[in-house]
Amino acid sequence: MPMTITEKILAAHAGRETVSPGELIQVEVDLALANDITAPSAIGVFYDLGAPEVFDREKIALVPDHFVPNKDIASAQQVKVSREFAQRHRIKHFFELGETGIEHVILPEKGLVSPGDLVIGADSHTCTYGALGAFSKGVGSTDLGAILATGKTWLKVPATIKLVYEGRLPHWVGGKDLILYTLGLIGVAGAVYCSLEFTGEVIERLPMPQRFTMANMAVEAGAKNGIFEPDEITKAYMEGRSDRPGDFLRSDPEASYDQEIRIMVDDMEPQVALPHSPDHVRPISELDSVPLDQVFLGSCTNGRLEDLREAAGLLEGQEVAKGTRFIVIPGSQSIYKEAIKEGIIETFLDAGAVIGPPCCGPCLGGHMGVLAEGERALSTSNRNFVGRMGHPKSEVYLAGPAVAAASAIMGRIASPEEL
Amino acid sequence: MPPFFEGAQGGSIKEFPKDLLDPGCLEGNKGMKIEGRVWKFGDHVDTDLIIPARYLNVSEGHELAKYCFADVRPDLVKEVQVGDIAVAGVNFGCGSSREQAPLALKAAGIGAVIAKSFARIFYRNAFNIGLPILESEEAPEQIKEGDRVSLDFSTGAIVVISGDKHFLARPIPDFMRAILRAGGLVKYLKKSQSAAGDLPAL
Ligand code: SF4
Repeated sequence: MPMTITEKILAAHAGRETVSPGELIQVEVDLALANDITAPSAIGVFYDLGAPEVFDREKIALVPDHFVPNKDIASAQQVKVSREFAQRHRIKHFFELGETGIEHVILPEKGLVSPGDLVIGADSHTCTYGALGAFSKGVGSTDLGAILATGKTWLKVPATIKLVYEGRLPHWVGGKDLILYTLGLIGVAGAVYCSLEFTGEVIERLPMPQRFTMANMAVEAGAKNGIFEPDEITKAYMEGRSDRPGDFLRSDPEASYDQEIRIMVDDMEPQVALPHSPDHVRPISELDSVPLDQVFLGSCTNGRLEDLREAAGLLEGQEVAKGTRFIVIPGSQSIYKEAIKEGIIETFLDAGAVIGPPCCGPCLGGHMGVLAEGERALSTSNRNFVGRMGHPKSEVYLAGPAVAAASAIMGRIASPEEL
Repeated sequence: MPPFFEGAQGGSIKEFPKDLLDPGCLEGNKGMKIEGRVWKFGDHVDTDLIIPARYLNVSEGHELAKYCFADVRPDLVKEVQVGDIAVAGVNFGCGSSREQAPLALKAAGIGAVIAKSFARIFYRNAFNIGLPILESEEAPEQIKEGDRVSLDFSTGAIVVISGDKHFLARPIPDFMRAILRAGGLVKYLKKSQSAAGDLPAL
């Protein structure tokens, strides 16, 4: 039976020849992930289940990244729970400050996910690893706690929506714009219970960091997972990171899809999501002047080295507008180091940006750059719900790194073309 | 047992109707019902609205419950009665995977949620922590804020007592019913775990 790449990975992990959409299956998990917010409850569930040991101490990753460096006593307690659990069960991949960063940035960076893997994380943006041709999805803490004990979980095989991107990407238009445009098209409930498969000539040429950005926001359409067929670009990315080559699966040409959506990119402009929903998307030329109190460059969506590089290219010799705060947070320790080496951090500092330690930062409004009542921010992250970055009466606009840099310079939402 | 464990299980500030956690409550002739006042919401209620991220530095249900809908409906926590029912449109619980969202609702006293549809992770989390949820296209269209509604989990019947309207919820998949019947995933697994730690066959 012809299958999509998602169906092939699920079948392989369910020990079956084939699976089809709608079936409930039980699967083996290659990697289980939790962060500082979700791990404590998952660990509680693990203890309650009474399992003597974790299913595999090398297949669990615990990454405190949301409220670190610990923002208050309660957060410190939460991280302590994870740390003690990691020590007690000799969890191999527990990353503390100094070797860490945002979970979805560091797991691929450290080579912990290979093509064909099945990854379950207690964080909705676990879908990021679909960029590598893995099946990955988010769950809650209880599901994850059960996985810590058993190494298995159940799931429903999703139907797949195929997205085909055609044409040539204009200058300043990248993965973030593609996914924002797609969200504008299908909506925040456009792919509920479905898999999104990203294909087409544009995708075949798309560099790895931008694939991560796109897969990361599959959940913003309600999707279970987002996935790319692994190719030469994936292979080059994996080189030197992992000794597990992975399974380079592809969808069968006759595989059946729930829908096929074709998107022409030739005339696409940089895209911006307006408050308060990631599908409230407009091309940048349609926006009136939107003054900004804060610009945030970072997050698991756009905190990678290439994102910082693109923004720094625009900020070279420029200054951040008076009255606008520009916060830059590298996605991981090694991105931070490399950005220093390349002079990127110096460019940001000279322009008047403030640099935060690798973590989620202001993305979820709890720490490092929280917005006051009535304030407006542009962020390279993935969500702009009411109160996402602070006061319920603050506003968040979402865009890519080039728009973020141009906007920081102009003090209002601006296209890089304006510079 | 570590102290955070209670939160993982959905500790509650108010007594939760015991029968809902009773195995068999969804089955047969028992006719398990709850009745409560309706709190009405729109489409795409996200988890940041249900429990804002800045309160996620704790995991305990009773702590989280204090901030349930803190930004948009601060009146809810003050006035909710145990067993009240939240009614919403499409895609309820979209956004993050935080299990603290259904946990906060349950601990605040919400007895069930009826929506046109639920976000995938929320749907799963709700069953896992034992918060009953029902899907219906029509009911949320016609139920109003403040209505008194009764739910029968054995039949999926939704009845607006004040207006004498009847609806039937979409059936819950058998496997999910079993989890809810057991009182959540942990209890379900404990009950059915084999010696080898295997999950029960689906
Ligand atoms: S950067 Fe934002 S979206 Fe990504 S894991 Fe952190 S809080 Fe979640």
